[in-house]
Amino acid sequence: MTAAAPERTALPSFGRVFLTRAGVELKEFFRQRESVVFTLAFPVILLLGLGAVLDYDLGAGVDFPQYFMAGVITAGIVGASLQNMAIHIAAERSDGTLKSLRGTPMPASAYFVGKVVQVLAVAVATIVLLLLVGVLVYGIELPSGTDWLTFAWVSVLGAAACTLLGIVVSTLARNGRSASATVTPIALVLEFVSGVFMPFDQVPGWLQDVAAVFPVKWLAQGLRSVFLPEELAAREPAGSWELGTVALVLGLWCVAGLVLCALTFRWQDREG
Amino acid sequence: MRGSTVTTVDGGDCVLVSSTPVPVVADNRPRPGDPLDPDAAISVRGLVKRYGDRTAVDGLDLDIRRGEIFALLGPNGAGKTTTVEVLEGYRTRDGGEVRVLGVDPARGGRRWKADLGIVLQSGAGDSQLSVREVLQARASYYAEPRDPDEVLELVGLTEKAGARGRTLSGGQRRRLDVALGIVGRPRLLFLDEPTTGFDPEARRQFWALIRSLRDLGTTMLLTTHYLDEAEALADRVGVLARGQLAEVAVPTALGGRGTAPAVVSWTEDGVRRTAETTTPTAYVRELAARFPGEVPGLTVARPTLEDVYLKMIGQDLEGASASERGAERAASRSEETSP
Repeated sequence: MTAAAPERTALPSFGRVFLTRAGVELKEFFRQRESVVFTLAFPVILLLGLGAVLDYDLGAGVDFPQYFMAGVITAGIVGASLQNMAIHIAAERSDGTLKSLRGTPMPASAYFVGKVVQVLAVAVATIVLLLLVGVLVYGIELPSGTDWLTFAWVSVLGAAACTLLGIVVSTLARNGRSASATVTPIALVLEFVSGVFMPFDQVPGWLQDVAAVFPVKWLAQGLRSVFLPEELAAREPAGSWELGTVALVLGLWCVAGLVLCALTFRWQDREG
Repeated sequence: MRGSTVTTVDGGDCVLVSSTPVPVVADNRPRPGDPLDPDAAISVRGLVKRYGDRTAVDGLDLDIRRGEIFALLGPNGAGKTTTVEVLEGYRTRDGGEVRVLGVDPARGGRRWKADLGIVLQSGAGDSQLSVREVLQARASYYAEPRDPDEVLELVGLTEKAGARGRTLSGGQRRRLDVALGIVGRPRLLFLDEPTTGFDPEARRQFWALIRSLRDLGTTMLLTTHYLDEAEALADRVGVLARGQLAEVAVPTALGGRGTAPAVVSWTEDGVRRTAETTTPTAYVRELAARFPGEVPGLTVARPTLEDVYLKMIGQDLEGASASERGAERAASRSEETSP
C-alpha cells in the first residue's frame, strides 16, 4: 500500500545531475595537489628525466624522445584512468563518500559519468602537456593527417578499458590505502613489459606474450603507430602495427571490464 | 502521546510523577503478527538480519508515527545500526516486512530516496570542495531542496561556508553531515549517533536544530549512546538489546521509571538523609509537618533513565540495580554533612 504522493515537483533530470557530478569530479581532481602531481606531472618528469639520460638511435631517424612519446603518453593515460580510478574510488568507498551518495536520489549512472569526464579531462591535459614538452624540449615530430584520428580512437578506447579495469581493481582492494599499494606496482609492471620505457623488441619474448593479454601493450602499440615512421613497424612482433587487433583487444577489455564492474561494484567496504 | 500525565520540573535532577500509571507500552507497540501500519512513517514486523551464524536483529516489531522523534538506544552490537541501515535501504533483510514511507526499502527508487535524509555514523567522506559547494552539489540531486545557505545558517556553519571539509573540527564535520542530511527537505530523517564527539554546547545547539526540524513536521529516527539526548529529544525511546526491542516507552516512563519507588532526600540536623518510598507524596506531607517552614534541601527523585537503561540491557556494571542502590542509601543514611 503505497502512500501515493500527489503532484510533487519532478526530480532533476539526469542531464542536470550529470553536469553537477562532472563539475564535482573536476574540482575534486584538480584541487588535490597530490593527485595533480602524481598523475599529471609524473609522466612529464619521466619524459624529461629519461629523455635526458637515454640516448637510443632506433634507426629511420628516430631518437629516444620520439620513440618515448608513445610510451609516456601511454603511462599518462594509464595514470589518468587505471590508477586514478582504482585509488580514488577505493578511497571514496572507504571514507563513506559512496555510501553517502547511495542514500540520495542521485542516479548511480551520474557517479560514473562524472568519473568518465574526470578521466577524459585529466588524460587530455596530460597529453597536451606531454606534446608541448616533447615539441619544445626535444623537437619531436607531431603526428600528421589521419594519424590524429588513430591517436584519438586508440587513446579513447585505451582510456575506456583502463577506466573500467580501474573501477574493478578499486572493488577488489580492501580499502583506499591498499588500492594504491596494489595498483601502482601493477601499472608499472604492465608498462615495463608493454614497451613503454624501452623498445618493445627488447622485452623478452615470453614477457611480450604476457603483456599481449593486457590492454596497456595494445594502447602503447597503437600510439607507436601514431608517433613512429612506417619503417619501424617491422620491429613490432607481428611486423606491423596491427591496428585491427589493437581495436579488437581494447574493445574486448572494455566489454569484459563493463561486465566485471556490473558484477562486482560495491558502494561500501565489505561488511565485518 | 507527547505530554501525557508526566510533568518534569526543570532546574534539577528531581522528577515528580503523578500517581496514575501511564499505559504507554500497551498502546504503542505492535505485536508480532499485527498487520503493517499503512499510516506510519516506519512500520516493521518480524525483522530478522543475520551475519553468518550471528543474528544481529531477531524479530523486531516497531511502528513510528509521522512527525514523531523516535530514539533507538542500545549497547554496541545490539543491532541499532543494522536495523537503521535496513530501513535506509543499505542492507538486505533475512526475514520480516518493512515499510518506510509506505515503500519497501529493498525496492526504494529515486523518488523514495528523495523523501529521506540520512546522517550516517561514518559521515559523508572527504572532499576537496568547500562546505558550500558540497551542499550545493547535494541539493541539486533533489526535487525541492532547501537553500544551501539557509541550511548552513541552521547548523551554524555559515562562517565555514568557504572552508574545505578537512579543515573542519570533528563537531563541525558532524554538523556538515547533518546539513547534507536535511538539504533535500526530507520527510523522514535518520540520524545515526549524530552528536558523537560534540562538546556540550554544540550538543545543545544540535538539539535546538532537531526541535526546529520537528516543528516543521520532519519524522526522525535517532540512534544514540547519550541517554540525556534521548530524554531531551525523543517522543518515545526503544531499547534494543541482543537484536530485540526490550521496551518502547516515553522517556519518563521507561522501565517503569514513572512508577518506581522514589528516593526522598532532605537535610536534617546538618545531616543529609534519604528514604525510599512508593508514596513520595505522603512521605513529603509527613516531612512537611515535621518542619515549620520549607523542608531544607528537599529532593524527590525517580531512577534516572541511565539506571533503568543499564538494568534493561543487563550491563549494570556496579552489580546493583537502581532500587537496590536507593535502598542502600536509605538504610545507611549518608554521613555527608551540609555546611
